[in-house]
Amino acid sequence: MLSRVADSLYWMSRYLERAEHTARLIDVDLQLRLDQSPEAGSGRWRRLLESLQAPHPEDGVIDATTLTHILTLDKTNSSSIISCVAAARENLRQVREQCSTEMWEQLNRLYLQVNSTTASEAWLLHSYVFFRAVREGAHLFQGVTDSTMSHGEGWQYIQLGRFVERTDAVARLIGAYFSRLPYSHDHSLDQAVESEEYLEWVGLLKSCAAFEAYCKKYTAELRPLRVAEFLLLNPEFPHSVRFSVDKVHGALQAIAELTERKAEQPVRLAGRLRATLSFSQIDEVMASGASTYVESVRQQCGQAHTAIHQIYFDYPVEAELAF
Amino acid sequence: MPESARSLFRPPFRNYQFDLAYDEMFEGPGLPRPHYQALFQTLLELPPEEMRKSQQAADLSFLHQGITFTVYGNDEGTERVFPNDLLPRIIPNQEWRKIESGLTQRIAALNLFLDDVYHGGRILADGIVPRELVYSCKHFRREMRNLTVPRGIYVSICGTDLVRLPDGSFAVLEDNLRVPSGVSYMLANRKVLKKVFPTLFRDYGVCPVDHYAQALLATLRALSPHSSSRHEPTVVLLTPGVFNSAYFEHTFLAQQMGIELVEGRDLLVHDNVVYMRTTAGLKRVDVIYRRVDDDFLDPLCFRRDSSLGVPGLFNAYRAGSVVLANAVGTGVADDKAVYAYVPAIIRYYLGEEPILPNVETYLLSDKSQRNYVLENLSELVVKAVGESGGYGMLIGPHSTAEQREEFRLRILAEPRNYIAQPTLSLSRAPCFLEGEAQARHVDLRPYILYGENVTLVPGGLTRVALRRGSLVVNSSQGGGSKDTWVLRA
Repeated sequence: MLSRVADSLYWMSRYLERAEHTARLIDVDLQLRLDQSPEAGSGRWRRLLESLQAPHPEDGVIDATTLTHILTLDKTNSSSIISCVAAARENLRQVREQCSTEMWEQLNRLYLQVNSTTASEAWLLHSYVFFRAVREGAHLFQGVTDSTMSHGEGWQYIQLGRFVERTDAVARLIGAYFSRLPYSHDHSLDQAVESEEYLEWVGLLKSCAAFEAYCKKYTAELRPLRVAEFLLLNPEFPHSVRFSVDKVHGALQAIAELTERKAEQPVRLAGRLRATLSFSQIDEVMASGASTYVESVRQQCGQAHTAIHQIYFDYPVEAELAF
Repeated sequence: MPESARSLFRPPFRNYQFDLAYDEMFEGPGLPRPHYQALFQTLLELPPEEMRKSQQAADLSFLHQGITFTVYGNDEGTERVFPNDLLPRIIPNQEWRKIESGLTQRIAALNLFLDDVYHGGRILADGIVPRELVYSCKHFRREMRNLTVPRGIYVSICGTDLVRLPDGSFAVLEDNLRVPSGVSYMLANRKVLKKVFPTLFRDYGVCPVDHYAQALLATLRALSPHSSSRHEPTVVLLTPGVFNSAYFEHTFLAQQMGIELVEGRDLLVHDNVVYMRTTAGLKRVDVIYRRVDDDFLDPLCFRRDSSLGVPGLFNAYRAGSVVLANAVGTGVADDKAVYAYVPAIIRYYLGEEPILPNVETYLLSDKSQRNYVLENLSELVVKAVGESGGYGMLIGPHSTAEQREEFRLRILAEPRNYIAQPTLSLSRAPCFLEGEAQARHVDLRPYILYGENVTLVPGGLTRVALRRGSLVVNSSQGGGSKDTWVLRA
């Protein structure tokens, strides 16, 4: 497979995952807003911006409409939903012959739909419809990909992109929540949260599509420690950090095998991170500080990303010719 | 335009009009040609609403598939759907056979001409084609002299534009011997039509076109310098990239053939061997189906500012380690002034009369012809010799006095750069527009492949001038296309 093609598939997948993640976060926030006083929501906005690595407004005033616009339909913001979907499509367009026709059509349809949405449709009138369309569009694309594309090398880069992005995004979100705990310090992390904080924790879980899955495992009693454990260390839930890292590692192993390359570096980095997450205990994690822990996860994930780039996408030609 | 006769049909033909042009569907008002009879009946019975729905569904499917082209020099969104018309153009088998043998003859002669021009130059020495005409051609490549190409084939992929004249005969309007495009639309149109008229399609007995990609791959493989060795030759398609107007087609063909679609930056040359950069390391490339113009192929050899090409590619080509299809320098044979000599070229190399005639052409480097053209600019079509795609053209009857004056000055400045032809009344075929059938001018571009032997998929791309009265069928100038049915019997 051409290096450029692998690179495009990887980034296409990352951008689409990013669009889906952003859509979910904003949607959850707008839903929560309905149940809360305007003041209660503003702290969450700050956290939202932080977790999306979006710039804070210069004057410090956070106005919901403006912010939603920046994060959804603002083409000048490279991480807005519309920009991410466009970037995903542009990447796929450059490697169209590598994906199935169905995949291209699905992503193209999503792009056309998002592109034809006006601000009033997007969140003033039917925000629910818009964000659901983005999420569903992304889900459909994944389903179409899995059932129409050979699960060969190209597919592995798509997996890789999706789960590298997810690891980073979920870790960042958890970091943003636990660095500004919305509860008082005399409250133990292993107790059920109080009712005024309940919605915030539901928000975190829903932002990772994890509320229902959490309830199945731990019941609807929300304890911060359990929420952290679920989102960080659960091996079965597809939006947990551990699950994502497992997938990253798996994809890298498959790619190393398919390309018959001695690519120890990325596999080793991902494998080490996988081991760390597999053997971590949540109380230890919390004792040393959740933010520190997720920061280290993100850093290692970033190293794996760099290694992938250097080995598969942009390697020095001289070394290759020497063979 | 001559007085139009109004026909007395029922819908959707109520407003169908005739003029001097040959009508593909009707012999005369109310009288369809035999091979159009079944389509005619179907259309009379089909509620216009149904047709409109089918058209919408087809347009949407083109949009979703991203079957688009890029319009140059247009700021608003660069992608546009290529308009497709649902009414097929039908060609009886006998007519097709003549076209086929005519085009086979033509591609054989043109390849012999190229081989000659880049080697001994017999035809120039014998004074059949003027020497200065060839050497002054913008697309003549000195670098190609005495270079032997595999099988002596310079043009292995060709798209020739045919028009049907008022007397019903076909003539060649131009040869596209460099990087002809449009074949993906032929295949896409067919796919849509099979959905819209399944029964009609089956009952008509239409020759299939779906094997085009396979035939193209076989043609490219036949050119491989290493075809005798054990490994299968590695064939790639070189595209200028996503901003090229035919990018959709490049992806489509690469996918259909199952070969890599590469850009210049994916390739590199080392010791005159071409490699592509893959995730598994560097891989050697044997044949390049290049959709990049000569000028941009290799910045070391041609245009230095090209970022689309591969440095060192031409040297590797000269060394014979890689094949380019089409070869470099084929543009000398589709220069519009050389075109005028193609009938003579056919007679010279093959000793045969041309099966398909040329359109009458005035060479503006000739003084008496030039004077005639300058006096009659408002009647004639003037074309720049090295251009294609409908750019750089003056259509006399549809031009303004300023445009004519501009062309007059251009011709006087560079007479070698222009030719003129009579304004042809291209044949017309019914198109489904504004809820009814309307007559529009069409041409026909069959695709010819030349590898181990000459292959034509039956039919080709019928291009339509969708604007009422327009004679320009190019996609960049508001043209569309329709499916072409060649009948089995």
